[in-house]
Amino acid sequence: MTKKYDAIVIGAGHNGLTTAAYLAKSGLDVLVVEKNDYIGGAAVSRELHDGWIYSNCSYVCSLLRQSIHRDLNLTKHGLMIVPYMGTTNFTRNGDYLAEYPDEAMQYREVRRHSKRDADAMHRYYTDLMKYAKVIRHFLLRTPADPTSFKPRDLQEMAFMAKKFMGMGERDIYEFMRFMTMSAADFLAEYFENDLIKAFYATSSIIGTALGVYSPGTAYVLLHHVMGDVDGAVGAWGLARGGMGSISKAIHGALQEHGGEVMLEAEVDTIIVKGGKTKGVALTNGSVIEAPIVVSNLDPKRTFTKIMNKEDLPEDLYKKAKDFKIRGSSGKVNIALKGMPDFPTLPKGHMLRNGSMQFLDSLERMERAYDDWKHNRWSQDPFIEMTQSSVWDPTHAAPGNYFVSCFIQYCPREVEGGWTEENKQAFGKTIIDQISNYSPNFKDHIEHMEIRTPYDIEKEVGLTEGNIFQGELTIDQLMFNRPFPGYSQYRGPVKGMYMSGSGTHPGGGVSAACGANAAREILMDLKRPNIVPEDEND
Amino acid sequence: MLTIDAKDQGNHIDLRLQQSPFFPRIKELCLSEQWTEWNGYQTPTYFLDSYIEYYATRNTCAVFDVSPMKKYIIEGPDAEVMMNRLTVRDVRKQKVGRVTYTVWCTDEGRIIDDGTLFRLAEDKFMLCAADPNLDWLELGAIGMDVTVYENSYDMAALALQGPTSCALLKKLGFTGIENAKPFDIMYFPFEGGELMISRTGFTGDLGYELWVDPNDALALWDALFSTGFEYGIRAMGDESLDMARIEAGLLAPAVEFNSALHTVEFRHDQTPFELGLDWMVNFKKPSFSGREALLKEKEQGPKWKLVKLDFEGQKSAQGSLLYADRKCTKEIGYVTSGMWSSVVKASIGYGFVKAEYADGPIFAEIYYQKEMRWYQKVVEGRKHEGAFWWPDRARQTPPADT
Ligand SMILES: Cc1cc2nc3c(=O)[nH]c(=O)nc-3n(C[C@H](O)[C@H](O)[C@H](O)COP(=O)(O)OP(=O)(O)OC[C@H]3O[C@@H](n4cnc5c(N)ncnc54)[C@H](O)[C@@H]3O)c2cc1C
Repeated sequence: MTKKYDAIVIGAGHNGLTTAAYLAKSGLDVLVVEKNDYIGGAAVSRELHDGWIYSNCSYVCSLLRQSIHRDLNLTKHGLMIVPYMGTTNFTRNGDYLAEYPDEAMQYREVRRHSKRDADAMHRYYTDLMKYAKVIRHFLLRTPADPTSFKPRDLQEMAFMAKKFMGMGERDIYEFMRFMTMSAADFLAEYFENDLIKAFYATSSIIGTALGVYSPGTAYVLLHHVMGDVDGAVGAWGLARGGMGSISKAIHGALQEHGGEVMLEAEVDTIIVKGGKTKGVALTNGSVIEAPIVVSNLDPKRTFTKIMNKEDLPEDLYKKAKDFKIRGSSGKVNIALKGMPDFPTLPKGHMLRNGSMQFLDSLERMERAYDDWKHNRWSQDPFIEMTQSSVWDPTHAAPGNYFVSCFIQYCPREVEGGWTEENKQAFGKTIIDQISNYSPNFKDHIEHMEIRTPYDIEKEVGLTEGNIFQGELTIDQLMFNRPFPGYSQYRGPVKGMYMSGSGTHPGGGVSAACGANAAREILMDLKRPNIVPEDEND
Repeated sequence: MLTIDAKDQGNHIDLRLQQSPFFPRIKELCLSEQWTEWNGYQTPTYFLDSYIEYYATRNTCAVFDVSPMKKYIIEGPDAEVMMNRLTVRDVRKQKVGRVTYTVWCTDEGRIIDDGTLFRLAEDKFMLCAADPNLDWLELGAIGMDVTVYENSYDMAALALQGPTSCALLKKLGFTGIENAKPFDIMYFPFEGGELMISRTGFTGDLGYELWVDPNDALALWDALFSTGFEYGIRAMGDESLDMARIEAGLLAPAVEFNSALHTVEFRHDQTPFELGLDWMVNFKKPSFSGREALLKEKEQGPKWKLVKLDFEGQKSAQGSLLYADRKCTKEIGYVTSGMWSSVVKASIGYGFVKAEYADGPIFAEIYYQKEMRWYQKVVEGRKHEGAFWWPDRARQTPPADT
């Protein structure tokens, strides 16, 4: 029998590492067990081809809580979040819609496509910022249980009521309407131009098994603008060194406080005796004991794969089985040996350094979704292509490029299964799409990593390959995340907790789920809270 | 109609701001058209976005035109003696091919200016300062066997700062630059002439300054920016440089200190002890300007102290008054520079406080605006030792490529 720990965290995703870091900082003896031979989960940087470092899954950062960055001293542990230039959207007819850091430039650019929409842009951002402002209050807080009469729940409900009341009557109504709307309906309240609508709709389908016309996608859009970089709400940045730098830095903080990580240690079961957790059994047969066990895995995996059914209440098992966690995204990471040409943009144009998309209308996006419904990857896929290596020199040597392509839609199941042949065909669809806008893109390809939901599930353990550890629909948000009655990070047995993106506030590299879980655990242990609050100046 | 001849000759000066040898390229890139004045030169405030330009110094590399800086040559048998008397550090120890950061004071020990001193030869120095100093240098040369002259206009200069700066210089063919230690000077052939490169800068990160004949200035710029594209090169303006230097713990004249020669109000100027520069004052030297006064200050302690502060919250404390208590009843000083530091993720700054309060608690009263409405808040400033940002690569030789 090995050493006994105060707490074990299953999974070295960035949230698991965050929970572990705070428990260690509080003085507990903590072990993180990770099935892979590297840490980070979906926030990872790996060198799969000599000389190129990929952000294999997540690729841009906005949700990471600044107060945690500061509190865990992540800068000292090597983390730097770098702002980057916006996204350029190319259309089939050879035009484009660009995003500029300068407001007046942005106005002129949108005006080029629609005079009215350029003016409406301000109204759109103002409304979106109102919603973002409200929701940002809750990211580093545990959701109240609305059925409970415990003082802390009542207090939290009062806090919530106060924040909503602060919006004013009109906007409370608007916000409630917004939460159930489709992105298409929401955008139609502001914009007339198809291209402009499509451009703003992209964040509403990222990682989502819904289309732009499906109710609930307006929230997904908000989920992608509620973060910030240095207080600029809605802005995104790059993690220097790839997204793995975030996990690495949190790991640095964990080590600083004496915590440990064990790699290639896949958990088979969480051991429960007499309604209490006792530790974990690894697939290699070894058993590690601890009175506290935290799962960084998605809720479905946690309750249906690594816990015994007998240890769970019947309804919880059913909820976990029915948890909505459909995979819909693919990722293609590409090593380029030279700079691809995008003839639409003048040579040397500053936008060559940012992200690129290929869209014309909501219609086109909806058709991409139609394929997914029929278990096909989109034939005309939505791609967010981020060419980050010019601005982050650590990804590839000068003259070489790392290109990250995030793809909607790609299903978990395809006809004939995800054979190597199907996977390559999926990759080809992506390259063909890019080639429509960059004829010489293909010529520069040195290496590619093609990731379907199947691969993402196999490697990262995200069930069905859902990038958020569970869909971001209102029935699975706030006090409903992951399930009603289980939103406060506690599992069904004493000593068992959840800390992954399947908990509030959901998917994305935020470290908020992990920090919130740590706060609850420390509360149960009657130790002082050391998890910081969000900074909302 | 009256027209003014634009040449700095004849009967009239050119009344407009002057343009550095790099101006044609700067003008092209400066999409913001936001300019500021520095020593009479038209200097970009920012090119497009000061935040991104600042990040180039931390993430890739950035170029700042330092041509408007004042440069003086001190040459002759007494050059060392003169500079040793003029400045507070021991110039005798400074080897040829080395640069030092230094300050010079009045006899009362009050700082006149700071700058970098280049030892170009046994008997030849170059002094660089943000502001004019010829008058003071000439006074210091009286009775010395030296020639003092200004060569500000005969030398154009660019600061190339940031993690990819060394890699870019190597790529440009300046082989061996990787062996330059901080404050070293090296020479390379360039365009038939010579390029001087010093491993110096004002950002606290890895970086170099490139000194070039004004006739070759555009060739240097073009070489940097064409090859530099793959190294993430960006031109930076004044705003981003200021952000970088605050993080690096570097002082700005007319911000952290007021030159003694420009100070009307008694003791509104500063001493090296007050600014925390006592480490450079070398009392082993038998004599230098300000020695007596500084020796006395060393024994009695300074009246004020410049402290680095890490403030609660996210708002910049720029321009705030400082207090010894949260209720703001005891005023003890003011913030000289303040900013939100993106890399450190903290509101940082310098406070200039009465020495007796420097070790106690310090609070800043911050005023800030949100959609036109003004707010006030009081935040604690915790003292911070050392620079806020000074990565290992800034000290390493040879430095890494990224
Ligand atoms: C392709 C893709 C792109 C994305 N893009 C972005 C983006 O650009 N920006 C953004 O903010 N978010 C993005 N996301 C979402 C974000 O990356 C995730 O929400 C987040 O990283 C999840 O972190 P986590 O710590 O909660 O869980 P995970 O990262 O899922 O960590 C779970 C960990 O548990 C381990 N594990 C699984 N099973 C076991 C077991 N039985 N025993 C031991 N260990 C086990 C896994 O290997 C993994 O390390 C993306 C996700 C994906 C997949």
